[in-house]
Amino acid sequence: MDYSAPPITNTPPPATGSVSGKAVRPGDRIFLGLSRGSGIALLVIMAAIGAFLTYRSVLAISGDKANFFTTLDWNAAGLEPKFGIAVLAFGTVVSSVVAMLIAVPVAVGIALFISHYAPRKLASPLGYVIDLLAAVPSIVYGLWGALFLVPHLGGLYSWLNDYLGWTGIFSYSNGAARSLFTVGILLAIMILPIVTSVSREVFLQVPKMHEEAALALGATRWEVIRMSVLPFGRSGVISASMLGLGRALGETMAVATVLSPSFLIGSSLLDPGGGTFAQNIASKFSEADTFGQNALIASGLVLFVITLLVNGAARLIIARRKEYSGAAA
Amino acid sequence: MAKRIDVSGLNAYYGAHKAIDDISMTIEPRSVTAFIGPSGCGKSTFLRTLNRMHEVTPGGRVEGKVMLDDENLYGSGVDPVAVRRTVGMVFQRPNPFPTMSIFDNVAAGLRLNGSYKKSRLKDIVEKSLIGANLWNEVKDRLNKPGSGLSGGQQQRLCIARAIAVEPQVLLMDEPCSALDPISTLAIEDLIGELKERFTIVIVTHNMQQAARVSDRTAFFNLAAVGKPGKLIEIDETERIFSNPSVQATEDYISGRFG
Repeated sequence: MDYSAPPITNTPPPATGSVSGKAVRPGDRIFLGLSRGSGIALLVIMAAIGAFLTYRSVLAISGDKANFFTTLDWNAAGLEPKFGIAVLAFGTVVSSVVAMLIAVPVAVGIALFISHYAPRKLASPLGYVIDLLAAVPSIVYGLWGALFLVPHLGGLYSWLNDYLGWTGIFSYSNGAARSLFTVGILLAIMILPIVTSVSREVFLQVPKMHEEAALALGATRWEVIRMSVLPFGRSGVISASMLGLGRALGETMAVATVLSPSFLIGSSLLDPGGGTFAQNIASKFSEADTFGQNALIASGLVLFVITLLVNGAARLIIARRKEYSGAAA
Repeated sequence: MAKRIDVSGLNAYYGAHKAIDDISMTIEPRSVTAFIGPSGCGKSTFLRTLNRMHEVTPGGRVEGKVMLDDENLYGSGVDPVAVRRTVGMVFQRPNPFPTMSIFDNVAAGLRLNGSYKKSRLKDIVEKSLIGANLWNEVKDRLNKPGSGLSGGQQQRLCIARAIAVEPQVLLMDEPCSALDPISTLAIEDLIGELKERFTIVIVTHNMQQAARVSDRTAFFNLAAVGKPGKLIEIDETERIFSNPSVQATEDYISGRFG
């Protein structure tokens, strides 16, 4: 037997005081791989969607016997397919703009009330109720819109006609209120929670010292909001609005339930009829043949581009105000 | 444009916690009064009761009397907003409005108080920036954002903003604690000039600073953590730093505690 010193196993090498060694640890490497992989996956998915939409759209548009952008019709079946997105683009943009004009001021008001006016006991339940609105499925909004909102808007429509009818866009003679304007109202209610809760979070993050600066100058509560809270929250409110707009542009079921679709661009917002991209796709997709599907996909591509443009514009607005945003302070 | 402050029997609370206990003192006009004392002794809280900023903090509550000449700031029918227009304040960290230009920062308080003609507004802004020793550094970039200035410049901008509305009293809550020594010196010189026109109260952790800038010094202390802060003594600064009448003051300024 060998009684010399047994071999030492499982013992770390003695500390030599040297700082050289492997710079990358396994944890770092795994995390790097995960995050890099996720980033690449995102780009690949985006590219795949873009390629799919573009390929099918090109097939559709090249087979279109009418101008794809200006035609006021959607007839993708048969030997002489004639379809265009004019009505859909108009309806989508108009109903979303109406929704934004109604929802953003109300949402900012609610957010300010929760963050700066309401007593704490009221603020958190109120915030909870607003968040709950976001949890209502859109088909439920659609049913409520079709069965409650539509029959009850006649009075408002007549009032708008009496006072604003001269503008043309608010003229109304009896008829069901299944118009783009009603869709706008419904969309406004649907995007209210997201715009409100994002704005509220931003308003709550206004640094105390900015508010105290205004208070110490003798500002009233409203003046504090005007001088400190709103300027600080501006870019956040824009982002919140864009999130809301994204939902409004793409909303499908609620619009399809309320609107009585037609391929006309009426001069009045209160006229029944019109259509939106998402509504049109949803109502025609199941009965379309392959070419009809391609045509609908082409309209989806246009919606995709509109959404991208809107987001880009919002980013531009935010970036231009960056110097003044207070993020550096 | 300077008034005497006369405080009697003042208590301030955060909810159920009493932060300062039964403080009475007189603050002379056209002079600098420094508040010193260990952290948590209530000197900042006391300062904030002098322009009714304490009650802005949730749960903040004040008892007692603060007389500005012959007007009780806590009297019934006194509007705290009006109080803050009379008693200006400069904070620990420079807080110019980040979204406003240098000009608009200085003009902010004036615009709250009413409408001014453009030329008049320009005059007051220039005068205030000169008064805050900042004019020469910013006169060519009045339309640039205030947040682009250095820390010391930002603090002088805040002082210009505060003095633009011609307050009776200027409260300063550790105005130099976030600044480098050179900026600190600039602010201290400025305080020396401003006391010709305003009643100035300054909270500071820096005892050399209190000795350099103030005419009178008040020492605050607390019996133990969680106990309310009390005023130990207030006297001529020279006396406080050479021969205070209370042992605790001497212990504090000679560095034996705090």
